[in-house]
Amino acid sequence: MYSKKFGRLIFGFCTRCLTSVVNGTSTSARTAVSCTSVCKRHTPFLERRSRIGFAVVRDNLLNAHGGRQPGKPLAGLRILDVGCGGGLLTEPLGRLGADVLGIDPVADSIGTAEVHAWHDPDLRGNVRYRANTLEELSEKGGQGAGQFDAVVASEVVEHLADLETFTLCCNQVLKPGGSLFITTINKTKLSYALAIVAAEEVLRIVPSGTHDWDKFVSPVELERLLESNGFHVESIRGMLYNPLSGAWSWTESTRINYALHAVKLEEPDPDEDDPEDPTVIVAQAKARRWYN
Amino acid sequence: KIFSFTVSEMMCLNYLFYFDTQLFWDTLTNIYPLSNVWDACSDALITFDKENLQDELAYIVENNIIVAALTKQLENLSDQVRVQYKSKVVKYIWPKSHQVADAIPWVQVTLANGQTLQTKLLIGADGPNSMVRREAGIPTVKWNYDQSAVVAVLHLSEPTENNVAWQRFLPTGPIAMLPLSDTESSLVWSTSHRHAEELLQLDEESFVDSINTAFWSNENHSELVETAGSLFRTALSVLMPSAGSARQLPPSVAGIGPKSRVMFPLGMGHASEYIRHRVALIGDAAHRVHPLAGQGANLGFGDVACLTQLLSQAAFNGKDLGAMQHLLEYETVRQRHNLPMMAAIDLMKRLYSTNAAPMVVLRTFGLQATNTLPAMKAQIMAFASK
Repeated sequence: MYSKKFGRLIFGFCTRCLTSVVNGTSTSARTAVSCTSVCKRHTPFLERRSRIGFAVVRDNLLNAHGGRQPGKPLAGLRILDVGCGGGLLTEPLGRLGADVLGIDPVADSIGTAEVHAWHDPDLRGNVRYRANTLEELSEKGGQGAGQFDAVVASEVVEHLADLETFTLCCNQVLKPGGSLFITTINKTKLSYALAIVAAEEVLRIVPSGTHDWDKFVSPVELERLLESNGFHVESIRGMLYNPLSGAWSWTESTRINYALHAVKLEEPDPDEDDPEDPTVIVAQAKARRWYN
Repeated sequence: KIFSFTVSEMMCLNYLFYFDTQLFWDTLTNIYPLSNVWDACSDALITFDKENLQDELAYIVENNIIVAALTKQLENLSDQVRVQYKSKVVKYIWPKSHQVADAIPWVQVTLANGQTLQTKLLIGADGPNSMVRREAGIPTVKWNYDQSAVVAVLHLSEPTENNVAWQRFLPTGPIAMLPLSDTESSLVWSTSHRHAEELLQLDEESFVDSINTAFWSNENHSELVETAGSLFRTALSVLMPSAGSARQLPPSVAGIGPKSRVMFPLGMGHASEYIRHRVALIGDAAHRVHPLAGQGANLGFGDVACLTQLLSQAAFNGKDLGAMQHLLEYETVRQRHNLPMMAAIDLMKRLYSTNAAPMVVLRTFGLQATNTLPAMKAQIMAFASK
């Protein structure tokens, strides 16, 4: 009975996991953001990690927007999944009713994601994938501007060289009051020991060379960056992986992995403000700078 | 009032969260606080009574009532659940593993009227001869007991506070009387095929006589067993004087309900897998037991409770409902619960199917000992109520 079960498990996973590319690098000609993207195959480890990331997004969006339709609690919301890989986070969000766009600069990842999504015809109406970078999407006058209720960047920020541009682009594509969800790895000695040495070299949970410790960012620094670019950070929570049980859980400490939720500040209303008020002038100047 | 002949003994009150329509609670017939079980070949007896439990031991509910309550619930949910009556499936097409142009990767079901349906999860609840199980090629361990069950509605000789279920183990099989009202009880008599057919042929008076004889006669007692039994009982009463309840007597039968006598064959069955990709089996399609413990329907209700909970969680996590992960969890949890219960029921059946003196003495001692040990009875109750 048990060997049959094992065989069935492999069958279940194999039907979804097709060709993949490892370590594609893509640079857009116009920006300095370089993104090393590991094709996110649907391995059990990544699948489990995406679950906790998904829980953050789902719970916070449900709190803010409430369950509208039974069975489709996120219906009517537009979500952008940046660095979607194989669609591990994109699909569950789509199943809860949201209109989701997954982007990834690596075309093969998008191909994998589309094949995987084919297995569930329920997703055909509201889950779409595009091989784009965030910058391309956020161009002024482009399709992405000010359109999304939420942006999800799961396991993306630790691969980026230029976080400032990333933050500005996120701000550009979000509606005012929209949410930004980031899950990433802290820059500490402990995260070096676990995420690089243990995970990549010893346990081989992820391929060697996936992460560059210099690109990790601490929650304090990320918060400072976001707050100075038109966001208000609502919460930061630590995540912990237990390699024995294979489960992720929430924890007090953000020393290794953490999840951050920030909200784009509402724009000040130009008609209501007193044009003589110095804070208003500064705010308006800032707003102009963001959008120019 | 006409009672249908299937009575299901709902021992576990946990499952009643499904049935919270007022209709159901209003029509609940009997609560039986006592259950008497005893051996025909000796006088060993075990009673399960209220002292062992906080609440009532169990509810006994007619099948018709459960079905009516469920139908009413379904009508209330008609915008989310569609029930297609008088339909029959003729074909199942299982999903392919690879991408085929224009093909839907779900289970395809073809009905007798030509209609086809697609589903991301097919639940097979089609009984012990499940077509879903057969078509999916799931191997089943099964055997026939050489027994059939005769069921009937019994009219009691006199109205009584009818809140006890009685079961007596005869060498040919157990005979059970389950209360329906103050004047009526339901009969479930498991016996050999030949005897079952004979019983069906008898005229009403002879049939009633044979039921009363089965419950009251002492012809199967051998002297050896009686002596051994009474010695053991004396010994136990010295050790534990307070244990063991006062003896009650089963009601006698005067007549039977019109056209209510039916028989059906008994067997045991267990599917070696409860699930496949996009398929799950529940109830008798997954497991089939002897009615002697009144647990068959309860195992099915347990399957439903477990599967519903896992599917709700999966949906809240945005998972594909037909995915293997939570289906595997359902299978593991339920097999771990069902298999010990099925083994115990089968063992009981075999244990009580013999006249041989050594076996009878052994089970006599066992039954008497269990009756006087409250801890043991509490364990049995706890397990049966899970």
